Amino acid sequence: MERFSFIFLVAGILFFVLAFAVSGWIPMLTVQHLEVRTVEQMAEQPPLEFAELKADYPEAFAKAYGDVSDSQAFADALRTGHKTYIGEACWHCHSQQIRPWGNDEARYGRKSFPEEYHNELNMPPLWGTRRIGPDLIRRGGKQSNDWHVAHFYNPPDVNPVSVMPSYPWFFEEDGLTPNKKGLSIIAYVQWLGSWIPTVDETIYEVPFIEETYPPAVLNRPSRPLDSEGTEGTDENPTDTPTEDGDDFWE
Amino acid sequence: MSEPQSSALSTTAAEAPLVRRDLVKWHVIAGVSWLAIALFAGLFYSLQLLQSWPLPKIAVLSPGRIRLIHTNLIAFGFLTNAFLAMLYWTVPRLTGLRVASKKLGWLIYAAWNGIILATWVGLHLGEAQAVEWGETPVWVDPLVVVGAILVWIQFYTPIVKTKEKALYVTLWYFSAGFVWLGLTYIMGNFFPEYLVAGNAAGPLLGLYIHDLVGLWVTPMGWGMMYFFVPILLKKPIWSHALSLVGFWGLAFFYPLQGVHHFLGSPIPMFAQYSAVVSTIAVEIVVTTVVINFFMTWKGSEATLKTSIPIRWFFLGALNYAITCFQCAFQVTLTFQQVIHFTDWVVGHAHLVMFGVFSFWIFGMIEHLWPKLTGHNWRSESLRRWSFWLTALGLWGMFLTLTVSGLIEGFMSMNLVPRETILQTMTPFWLVRTITGISIISGFACLVVNMVLTARAGRIAHIDTDYSPYEDVEQGEVAIGAV
Ligand code: HEC
Repeated sequence: MERFSFIFLVAGILFFVLAFAVSGWIPMLTVQHLEVRTVEQMAEQPPLEFAELKADYPEAFAKAYGDVSDSQAFADALRTGHKTYIGEACWHCHSQQIRPWGNDEARYGRKSFPEEYHNELNMPPLWGTRRIGPDLIRRGGKQSNDWHVAHFYNPPDVNPVSVMPSYPWFFEEDGLTPNKKGLSIIAYVQWLGSWIPTVDETIYEVPFIEETYPPAVLNRPSRPLDSEGTEGTDENPTDTPTEDGDDFWE
Repeated sequence: MSEPQSSALSTTAAEAPLVRRDLVKWHVIAGVSWLAIALFAGLFYSLQLLQSWPLPKIAVLSPGRIRLIHTNLIAFGFLTNAFLAMLYWTVPRLTGLRVASKKLGWLIYAAWNGIILATWVGLHLGEAQAVEWGETPVWVDPLVVVGAILVWIQFYTPIVKTKEKALYVTLWYFSAGFVWLGLTYIMGNFFPEYLVAGNAAGPLLGLYIHDLVGLWVTPMGWGMMYFFVPILLKKPIWSHALSLVGFWGLAFFYPLQGVHHFLGSPIPMFAQYSAVVSTIAVEIVVTTVVINFFMTWKGSEATLKTSIPIRWFFLGALNYAITCFQCAFQVTLTFQQVIHFTDWVVGHAHLVMFGVFSFWIFGMIEHLWPKLTGHNWRSESLRRWSFWLTALGLWGMFLTLTVSGLIEGFMSMNLVPRETILQTMTPFWLVRTITGISIISGFACLVVNMVLTARAGRIAHIDTDYSPYEDVEQGEVAIGAV
């Protein structure tokens, strides 16, 4: 009995609490000063792609979100899209987290930093642990809405080698018009990374690449190295060096 | 067969039996049934990666949802049910006391399987929660906590009341494991969902994934191994002291490692480094288990030929040694650059969850099923087929995924286009599907044999060895002798 209570209290409770403190609570303190942003706050200014959705699919849009202001509709879209993203387990094939190593930055863009996850849609965060498809956290705006419509309906139509499942239930019967789920998931994906001032994240913005990679690779203007089926735009290639995630700390 | 002969204990017939065989049996049956669904879910998901998903256009059977079902049914459906069966068998024997109550037993049975059923349906409906390995819909979460508390009451009662002076190490693992299950679940499923966001919640998700393995599956598995292996080999465990070092090492280092699932994320580096260091530290400690197993086994090599349960435990321990060896390397940032986000991790997860803990559970089922049904195994050759098909399938899968993970990782680092990566992966994924079929066939052999064995009773083949009050087996003398 004595021994049981010792095991129970020390191993069962004390060690657990200790570990929670070290790897849970102390990291929490480092982001204590940040305010958790609500969906409404983030939805105040819907991105261009959302307005396009509204213009392209007015009926479906009205049916999905009702007669509300654009930012209210966008908040609704973000919530629904987020829920769909979780329920369909997109996060088990796509990460939303760019590491500072393994050439992630060259592939996907600027590395992740704590502030961008401090919001309602990252409770819990959708970092993911497996990349069968590409990372999505900088993917917003990289493809047109139309591309996404075609892609979600049947990915191999767009990219023959794709192993991404098709999602016909994101669409009305006609298979052309996205329904509420479809509109929302597109809005959600297009929103990812839209908070980064320079959306264009080609490899040119990553300084270290230049030493590492031969000019032949660097000077392929129409096809940036991430090439996840993306046609990259190369305006504004150099000037401002990427702000490092760490600089956001203070 | 090397299974020890059973001997009846002098319990009067009026008294309730020490061990609740019916509960053991039904938990085994439930566990095996959930495993069947989980295995098919895994197989189907692998077809998606070959671009041949058989059921397009059905939302509730979408591949993503099927993947969630695969992992969740393994964790809660198969492993947890099997562990409950194991607990009903071992705890009364080790303490000499009954579990709290028979009625509570059936309540736990109904509650846990109800939880799993609800999870299963919920995941099909797209109600998942974004907690890896805890995707149980949010409305099921409180029930899981209740379920855990019921388990505490049921099994802590005999452990607290027992008059045994020294608790056998198996009970140490159980004593801590139950409370860990509850705490882990609360931490992982409630904090990130309702209380903290982003970078504050991420480490907790890592802790949850890790603790569910390390603080629930591992203590139950080790406790199970330490109980059954001496019984099967009919000799005491090689070193009791070493097993205790293993216990305290697990208890101290394991919970500190969660963040290693998110190395390279925006989590502060001190937390990442502490996870890396404690992961390397725990490898030294888990080695104690492996050493203890092999030293106990030494001298009984012939049992591998004669006893199928020992084979399962042996192969499980071997796989465990490999997993641990792997952990110490793959946690370093050098390896992480390459293998994180790739199939390597999937291979690792299969090796430990299936190759170790499920194999040990199969060993336990192989040992217990004749005792539970009162009949010897119906078919010896099915037992062997089951072993070899499952074992080779798992090994094939592990090797394939490890190799494809490395290739994928290096291709990704070298900025190879995604299309090329996908094309390169296809042959590996094909082999993976084939190994999966092999595993399922092995499992089917086991199930068929279980059914045949159980049904033999209807043909009035009563095993004279069997006694409902059989409580002490010769092997336990060995445990007592330590
Ligand atoms: C089986 C794994 C898998 C699942 C599940 C999955 N995807 Fe994908 N996804 C891929 C793969 C592989 C690609 C790359 C090939 C392609 O473009 O289709 C991809 C590509 C994408 C792209 C294009 C990225 C780009 O810019 O090139 C987007 C956006 C996307 N997925 C979103 C989603 C969403 C949203 C979901 C959930 C509804 C989802 N994916 C579910 C595997 C998956």
